[in-house]
Amino acid sequence: MQVITANRLLDGEVVWLGLNDEWVESVSDARVFDGKEAVAEGWALGTAAEKDQKVVSVYEMAVIEEDGQLVPVRLREKIRAAGPTTHPELGKQAQAVSA
Amino acid sequence: MYRYDEFDHGFVSQRTEQFKDQVRRRMAGELSEDEFKPLRLMNGLYLQLHAYMLRVAIPYGTLNGRQMRKLAHIARTYDKGYGHFTTRQNIQFNWPKLEDTPAILEELAEVEMHAIQTSGNCIRNVTADHFAGAAADEIADPRPYAEILRQWSSLHPEFSFLPRKFKIAITGAPHDRAAVQVHDIGLQLTRNEAGEVGFTVFVGGGLGRTPMIGRKVRDFLPEEDLLAYSEAILRVYNLYGRRDNKYKARIKILVHKTGLEELKSDIEAEFERIRHGVLRLPEEEVRRIEAYFAPPPLEVLPETSTRVEARRASDPAFAHFLKHNLNPHRVSGHTSVTLSMKPIGGIPGDASDDQMDKIAELAERFGHDEIRISHEQNVILPHVKLDDLSALYDEAAVAGFAEGNSGLITDIIACPGMDYCALATARSIPVAQRISERFGTPERQAEIGELKIKISGCINACGHHHVGHIGILGLEKKGEEFYQVTLGGSANENASIGEIVGRGFSSEEVVDAIEKLVDTYLDLRTNGDETFLDAYRRVGEQPFKEALYGTG
Ligand code: SF4
Repeated sequence: MQVITANRLLDGEVVWLGLNDEWVESVSDARVFDGKEAVAEGWALGTAAEKDQKVVSVYEMAVIEEDGQLVPVRLREKIRAAGPTTHPELGKQAQAVSA
Repeated sequence: MYRYDEFDHGFVSQRTEQFKDQVRRRMAGELSEDEFKPLRLMNGLYLQLHAYMLRVAIPYGTLNGRQMRKLAHIARTYDKGYGHFTTRQNIQFNWPKLEDTPAILEELAEVEMHAIQTSGNCIRNVTADHFAGAAADEIADPRPYAEILRQWSSLHPEFSFLPRKFKIAITGAPHDRAAVQVHDIGLQLTRNEAGEVGFTVFVGGGLGRTPMIGRKVRDFLPEEDLLAYSEAILRVYNLYGRRDNKYKARIKILVHKTGLEELKSDIEAEFERIRHGVLRLPEEEVRRIEAYFAPPPLEVLPETSTRVEARRASDPAFAHFLKHNLNPHRVSGHTSVTLSMKPIGGIPGDASDDQMDKIAELAERFGHDEIRISHEQNVILPHVKLDDLSALYDEAAVAGFAEGNSGLITDIIACPGMDYCALATARSIPVAQRISERFGTPERQAEIGELKIKISGCINACGHHHVGHIGILGLEKKGEEFYQVTLGGSANENASIGEIVGRGFSSEEVVDAIEKLVDTYLDLRTNGDETFLDAYRRVGEQPFKEALYGTG
C-alpha cells in the first residue's frame, strides 16, 4: 500500500494526499494507492499540486494498516508522521495529544 | 570586535531584498520549485523532514549579546522556541515558515547577520578556534585572517560554482582546536625563525564518505601570501576537480588521485604566477582588519582568585566546572569559560530562547559582550574575570548550562540525524542522550577523563564521527537503525581517522557497546593520566574488539 506525501509549500508542514485531492496533515487520513496504475495516478495528482504551488518534494511511501490505522513502514516516515522523537511536545504528535 | 563595513551592509540588505522578491514570486507561482530551490539554498533555507530549516552563519563563531538576543527573538517569534548550534559554528532554526523567512533575514541584517554561504558549492563560512583572541597559547588571533578570507571569497566570481562545497578552517595556536586538518584548506598560525607570523597550510582534509586527513603543502606561508596562495589552491582545484561525480568532487579526492607532489607543484606554479599581483596582502590591511577584532581592555590581575579557591574546596560541582570548563587566558586573572550546551541527557547543541537571552546577559555582565560558538556545539565566554566565576556559574547553573563536562564523555557532538534531517539513515540525538545518561554522574565522567564521542546520522559525517575518539555512524540495515563504531579518531594537531572496530550494533545494543569500550579502557590504562585515545594508540584495537565480540 502506497500513499503520496509532500511538504506544504508555505510552511513546510508534512502532508499526505487525501480524498478529494485535499492535502491532509495526518497520515491516517491519507488516500491509499494500491497497484501500479493507482500509484501513477497519485503521482500525477502530486505533481499537479506541486505545479500549483501547494506542495513541494512529492514522493510515494509505503504504509501498512495497524489497528485500523494507516502507519508508515519506514522509521523515517514514522518520524515525519509524528515529529522529532526527541521532542514529544512538538510536531504532529503534540497535536495528537492535545486534540 | 568584528563589524561589517559599509560594503557588507549594502550587500546583505540587497540580498535580503532579492530573496524577499524571490519568495514572493515563488508563492505567486512565477518560480517553480526547481528554479527556486538553488535560490533558497543560497540563503540558507533547506527543506528538512518536518519543515523548512534556516541555517544562519556565525562567522568564526563570534557574536555579541545583541546578536544572541536577536537569535533568541527569532527562535521565539518565528520558530518553536529553540535553536541548534552546529559543528560548523552556525545556528539552525528547525521550523521557520517560508513566508516568514524574508522577515527573519531582515531581522538578522539589523544585527549584521545573514545566512549567506551556509550552503551550495561555494567557499563556506570560514571557521576558527573558539578561544581565538583569548587563549594563552595563541600565536595570533586567527579571526582577522578568517575575515580577510571571507571578504576575498564572498561572491568571488571564479569560485561561486566550484565542483563542490569548500571549507576553510584556521587556528591561532599550536594546539589545534579548529580541526583544521579535516578541512579542504586548513591553516595553522605559526612563526618562522625570524619571529614573523605565517601559516602552516594543509590541503585536502575532509570527512564524509571518504574521510581524509589534510596533507601539509607548506610549512610556512608568509602572511602577505595568504590570499594568493589560497587562490592558487582554488584555481588548481577548480581546473582539475571532478564535476561529473559529486562523491569524487572534493579536493581531497584530487589530492589522493593526483598525488601530493604533483598537486603541490601545480599550486606552487600558479602561486608563482600571481603572488606579486593584486592579491598580495598589504600589512596595513591586515592591521586594519585586526583592529575590528581588538580585544577588550583587560586589567592584569592575580593568577588566582581567593574567592574562587575558597568555594572550590567546598563545592564539588563548582570544582568540577572549574576543572573542565576553563581555558587559560593570555591575560592573568582571566579565563575563557565554556558554557555547556550538553546537559546530562539533553540534546547536544540545542539552546532555548530564554537560554540564549541569558547567555547574552551573562556575556554583557561578565564577558565584555563577547560570545563564541564552538564546533563542539558549546558556547564560550572568552574573557571572564576569575573573580566573577562564582556569580557566573550560579546563574549558568540555574539556566541549565553549567555542567562541568567540557571534553568529557558526555560532551558529545551529534548531528541532527533522523529526528530532523532529510538525508539521515538513523537518529543521532537519542543515542547521544542515552550515552549521556549512562555516564552522567560527575564521578563516572571524571574517572573516565577526556573522551570525545561524535555521532553522525549518515555518511555525510556532519557529526564528525571519523575524528571521534569513539565515533558512531548511524546507518539503516533492513529497515532498522544500525550503528557502526570507530575508534581512535582525533581532530587536533595529531589528527587521525578512526578505524571501524567490527560489525555494527542495533539501537538497543549500542550504548552497552560503548560502555564495554569504556570499561576496557579503564581496565587497561596505565594510570589516570592516560586518556582513552592514548591508551588506544598504545594497545591498538585488539582488546577493544575482544571486549565487544569475544575472542572467537
Ligand atoms: S550527518 Fe547526515 S544525518 Fe547528520 S546532519 Fe549531516 S546529512 Fe544530516
